[in-house]
Amino acid sequence: MVQACDMDLVDALLARHGACGRQDLIPLLQEIQEAEGFLSRAALRRVAAHLHLPESKVYGVATFYNQFRFQPRGRCAIAVCRGTACHVKGSAAVLAALQRELRIQAGATTRDGLFSLDVVSCIGACGLAPVIAVGDDYHAGVSPTQVPGIVASYRAKLQALGEGVLEPSTSVEEVLA
Amino acid sequence: MTRAAQEVGRMLVQEVLAGKGAGLELKEWGRRQRREDVDHPLILVGAGTCGISAGADRVLASLRQLCPERGVALVEVGCIGLCSEEPLVDVQVPGLCRLGFRQVRQSHVEALLELAATGRWSSGLPQVLGQFAQEGLRPWPDQPFIHDHAFFAPQCRRVLANCGLVDPDSLEEAVARGAWSAFARLVKQGHPERVVDEVEASGLRGRGGGGFPTGRKWRLARLQPGPRIFICNADEGDPGAFMDRAVIEGDPHRVLEGLAIGALAIEAEEAWIYIRAEYPLAIRRLERAIAQARECGLLGNKILGTRHRLDLHIKKGAGAFVCGEETALIHSIEGKRGMPRPRPPYPVEQGLFGRPTVINNVETLANLPGLFQLGAKAWREQGQGESRGTKVFALSGHVRRTGLVEVAMGVPLRRIVEEIGGGVPGGRSFKAAQIGGPSGGCVPGHLLDVGVDYESLRGVGAMMGSGGLVVMDDSTCMVDVARYFMDFIQRESCGKCIPCREGTRQLKAILDGISRGRRREEGHGALERFQGVMGLERLSRVIQDASLCGLGQSAPSPVLSVLRHFREEVDAHVYQRRCTARVCPDLLLFRIEEELCSGCTACVKACPSGAIVGSRKAPHHIIAEACTGCGSCLSRCPKGAIQVD
Repeated sequence: MVQACDMDLVDALLARHGACGRQDLIPLLQEIQEAEGFLSRAALRRVAAHLHLPESKVYGVATFYNQFRFQPRGRCAIAVCRGTACHVKGSAAVLAALQRELRIQAGATTRDGLFSLDVVSCIGACGLAPVIAVGDDYHAGVSPTQVPGIVASYRAKLQALGEGVLEPSTSVEEVLA
Repeated sequence: MTRAAQEVGRMLVQEVLAGKGAGLELKEWGRRQRREDVDHPLILVGAGTCGISAGADRVLASLRQLCPERGVALVEVGCIGLCSEEPLVDVQVPGLCRLGFRQVRQSHVEALLELAATGRWSSGLPQVLGQFAQEGLRPWPDQPFIHDHAFFAPQCRRVLANCGLVDPDSLEEAVARGAWSAFARLVKQGHPERVVDEVEASGLRGRGGGGFPTGRKWRLARLQPGPRIFICNADEGDPGAFMDRAVIEGDPHRVLEGLAIGALAIEAEEAWIYIRAEYPLAIRRLERAIAQARECGLLGNKILGTRHRLDLHIKKGAGAFVCGEETALIHSIEGKRGMPRPRPPYPVEQGLFGRPTVINNVETLANLPGLFQLGAKAWREQGQGESRGTKVFALSGHVRRTGLVEVAMGVPLRRIVEEIGGGVPGGRSFKAAQIGGPSGGCVPGHLLDVGVDYESLRGVGAMMGSGGLVVMDDSTCMVDVARYFMDFIQRESCGKCIPCREGTRQLKAILDGISRGRRREEGHGALERFQGVMGLERLSRVIQDASLCGLGQSAPSPVLSVLRHFREEVDAHVYQRRCTARVCPDLLLFRIEEELCSGCTACVKACPSGAIVGSRKAPHHIIAEACTGCGSCLSRCPKGAIQVD
């Protein structure tokens, strides 16, 4: 499933920012990724032109940071925490179970576009290790045997939704509201 | 809150900051803001990221629905620090002390509401954590006090004093508990150099890991011509560390006040907060706190009527461990790849946009308000030797109680692990405490009495680091831990200097080699394995000596500390090809005890590599060559017939 990047959206975003300099490069990329879910080649070109920077520089910055991705995310993004606390409590086994269950490696997206699997260095909830984040939901104290159940519940949710977007059961915004 | 109430609140805040706190009306206001006295029942929910992942979000959702109709007010607070007992919910009834409950589920909500609304105790309540002692309020009969709780009693909470108690979205509450008062006093006195003197006299050192004296850093920056820039480093990249997140989420005004004091001291008019994008809640709370402080004239132009001004920007990091390094962080803010550069010139001479820049860690800054409230002399009383004050540790791993712990520096590590953390659970025994993250090292059991201060920890081959403290029990393989850290560092190495980029890769390859089984070795594999082991220490020294930045120089520390304290375990991997903790899958030999096997075929179905053969109702066998050692069969066998050697 190849998802194209909406260039109008990128242009609108750049226009909103007006003239800006090198220091705005990372925030711009962050905003585009937030809107699009990933950074497409075309979007990087537009950013480079907007900032009067060589494309190579923009690409260099984008690939340096872990946050940026160049393929669309699945409709439900799964992040496995690989912090120290999670590691000693068995996050490697959880990751392996997820890879088995989804049949993809970390960093990839399933063929049906439902799930993507990522490894993050630390979610910052070490007291509850091992932790995984599915979409915006956090699951604490996950064991490899729970993994099929968790994946199945989200798959059911996504399929029930059809083309819709997965609403998190709670989001940070909601909690803050 | 209505507009008018906001106006009144702001006026009162300004009066308090103007030093008029003695008036009766203001005293009353302060008492109300500190919730020393409530006129209607309250429920307080610990809603930090950690609480939310433990399930506070579901509890909050039901409370949000039910509270208004029961006449109970709902307040969200930050994390009090006891992560393993989350979600934490407190109930405060007029006239009685605030009472905390632990491990609250949605099913407890009704009982909690009833308790809050009527004061009636019912059977559906969750377990009590403890009550907060408060002068003028009646304690609940027969309930323990929180300050007697084993987790809190040995702590010395200064940076975390307000975390979990105040509503992080309320400037009024923070001010009523003393926030911004030190800054207001200092900015009106208008002697920045005296601020630096005081910090120098206190002996405060950077809490981000390096331990550089904060006062000296500021003094060096003041020697440079302006305009200067102040940066707060909230890029908490160490895996296993979450204190900066918790402080920002729980008490953002303390961090902001510290930042404002620092900027005042070096007379900077521009400040940045570099924070991880992975901390959305912390960023939102920080943004809100900045807006409130700006409205009250604590930030922006003409601060509190003086000539001092401060512009504050938030910069979201994009996820790179190396950006915790000062020069890399500066490059990242400038929109470049976050790579360090050789020093000198140091950032205090030439930093962000070529201007003199001071970079301080969140916890360092969060120490400043308390330092100026107490005075340098009183503040120094806690601590030991050259390490003064307190340090926050993020305690996690194999301990009963996990969470945020603040202790005076120099306290024995044993006290944190055994008293505060409650020791290792599940009848297992303590093996090591990993302190300082990827730059630190492991402290073994016989050295557990080492004091937690900069010098003592360095003496045992560990490092204070930013304060991650992961406890490991005897089910942990130290070679695996070293491998884990090398994997992390090798991925996070920026690639600028060769010793770090290639060296860490080689270290990882050597460690991979010694935990790889014979059956997966090809050609000269065994020879290369030994060659690697012989060169492990020398390679580590080269990386330490020749790397450009602190990340590289400290990169081999986890490996060296494992070699130093757990040599036998490494040797067992190398010579006997055994993993004593039974963690490294390649070195495990699985077999099926024939007498115990009933031939149920559960293991055959569980085995992902098809290594188990046998017909139904007859004993099965594992083909050693095909077994990957994943252990899937182990938990599936109903008879316990699978043995690991």
